[in-house]
Amino acid sequence: MLNFSLSDEQTALRDMVRKFVQQEIIPNAAKYDETGEFPREIINKAWEAGLMNINIPEKFGGMGLGVLSDVIINEEMGAGCLGITTSIAVNTLGLYPIILGGTDAQIEEFAVPFLSSPKLCSFCLTEPGAGSDAGSLSTMATEEGDHFILNGSKMWITNAGHADLLTVFCTTNKELKTKGIICLAVPANLPGISFGKHENKLGQRCSDTRAMNFDNVKVPKKNLIGKIGEGFKIAMRTLDRTRTPIAAGAVGAARAAMTYSKNYAKERKQFGQPIANFQAIQFMLADMAVKIESARLLCYNSGWLIDNGQIEQGGYFSALAKRHAADMAMEVATDAVQIYGGYGYTKEYPVEKIMRDVKLVQIYEGTSQIQRIVIARHLLKD
Amino acid sequence: MTIIVLIKQVPDTETKVRITADKKGIETNDIKWVINPYDEFAIEEGLKTKERLKEGTVTVVTVGPARTVEALRTAVAMGADNAIHVKEEGTLDTYLVSKALAEVCKKENGQIIFTGKQAIDDDQAATFAYVAELLDYPSATVIVKCDISADKTKATLEQEADSGAKNIIETSLPAVIGVNKGINTPRYASLPGIMKAKKKEIKTYTLNDLGLGAETARAIDSDYQLPPERAAGKKLSGDIPTQVKELVRLLREEAKVI
Repeated sequence: MLNFSLSDEQTALRDMVRKFVQQEIIPNAAKYDETGEFPREIINKAWEAGLMNINIPEKFGGMGLGVLSDVIINEEMGAGCLGITTSIAVNTLGLYPIILGGTDAQIEEFAVPFLSSPKLCSFCLTEPGAGSDAGSLSTMATEEGDHFILNGSKMWITNAGHADLLTVFCTTNKELKTKGIICLAVPANLPGISFGKHENKLGQRCSDTRAMNFDNVKVPKKNLIGKIGEGFKIAMRTLDRTRTPIAAGAVGAARAAMTYSKNYAKERKQFGQPIANFQAIQFMLADMAVKIESARLLCYNSGWLIDNGQIEQGGYFSALAKRHAADMAMEVATDAVQIYGGYGYTKEYPVEKIMRDVKLVQIYEGTSQIQRIVIARHLLKD
Repeated sequence: MTIIVLIKQVPDTETKVRITADKKGIETNDIKWVINPYDEFAIEEGLKTKERLKEGTVTVVTVGPARTVEALRTAVAMGADNAIHVKEEGTLDTYLVSKALAEVCKKENGQIIFTGKQAIDDDQAATFAYVAELLDYPSATVIVKCDISADKTKATLEQEADSGAKNIIETSLPAVIGVNKGINTPRYASLPGIMKAKKKEIKTYTLNDLGLGAETARAIDSDYQLPPERAAGKKLSGDIPTQVKELVRLLREEAKVI
């Protein structure tokens, strides 16, 4: 009937990622946060350990693993550094449109090379004028013979400055709104593509976030993923699958914040005793545990449902998971800083970084407000 | 070339050790079990040796209860080709474990046998020597570098000696080699490896299968004790001359270091 236990392989995966995070990510997280340097070396190691591109199907030589495996990976990575997690996880987001909407030949051409070297892929949906209202994007794809000519700008593109491949959402006819949107697989080195500067962010500082510009970029028609007009649907189906792992990253970050503040509360003495003896602190810790455990269950449930073919409900459950995990992680991280007091407000201790990092989870891959819209629409649809 | 790696499953280094009521062992209920870290170096050296030679197989072997299969699966996930489990739920000691390991090494015709220089649970650092003795093979330990000759009949080893010196040892093969930290950086069990490991058939023997049915452990743990708790530090007070006087007195009379 109901079984919440992980399989032996899932447990082995979790333990392996946990070890990877302890050895590779945690000792370096503060450095990358301070410098904003791109964590290329760690990305390469994660690729070698097989932790990237796990969604490429088995028949193409990939792992063919689903959302629950990404949930397990991201919770562990999120407990180390959300900025590095984002840099590593964004390939899944970038490749899903090709895997979900592409032909076998397109998967072979664009996705399979990611199995033989640590390449990076960026998902290019958001624009300066189209954030939450992604359907109003205006990057234009004009048909010209065997090509689409791409013109326009994208915003907040993760790993953009380091990407080998871009999955670009653009429109063939803006008047058709979402029905005019297409998805193109675009090699990042095509003439006419330029990247803005690495944005200097509040948190997740080492993840490379940039604006992008397309100036008469000639993209072969064979790079069209799905049909004309299917782009928006492909983007939404992708996000249905990636929002849950993103939520899991926040669960991991919150878990780390709870562990740090719990340990600190047992050591820090005030009024002649450890502050963990005070109910004011105990209640904060207890609430953290409730929030983290409930968010993890939502992630597991959503991942399981999607992996088991309940795609219709996938968007709803991934919205539940992301809304709850992102918001609770912000609360947990804020309380963790509170437990540390003045010390927690300094970079000498790890909790202020978590607070800065998790803020972004309430914003990217659909804000917490957009998640509520997805949830409410599902509730009110009939 | 058959490369054999002998491994042991031990409690994670962060385990809070609690002694059982009868004092004959430690509580194992909440323990997270891992591969002995020195044996991880041995696995990596086995894999590296195979890669350098561009041929051969790496077989990992362990002796212990059912749970120790997990250690074998992790080794397979790292890249080992075969895994052998000598399943024994009863009391084990270095003698019995080494007897079983030596029998497996014979059966598998291992040409080079790697293991950690010691296990971090009981720190006996004895298995490599027992196994070598039982097989009548040469052995060396605290090895930080291992080169196999092109004709695969000899190995040149670097052994750590006191004050940073190194002994260079040449040995014929087969041999048993105890490896030390620093010989390599163990790879992670990869995700594809984990998936492969779940399908891997693990060969299982009992002591009986190995002709050791009549053998029993010869050393029995009878009385575990935790180290004494460290006393709290002392803070001296008073003016500086008083504190210095008191410190000298304590160093002489209590610590007995001057």
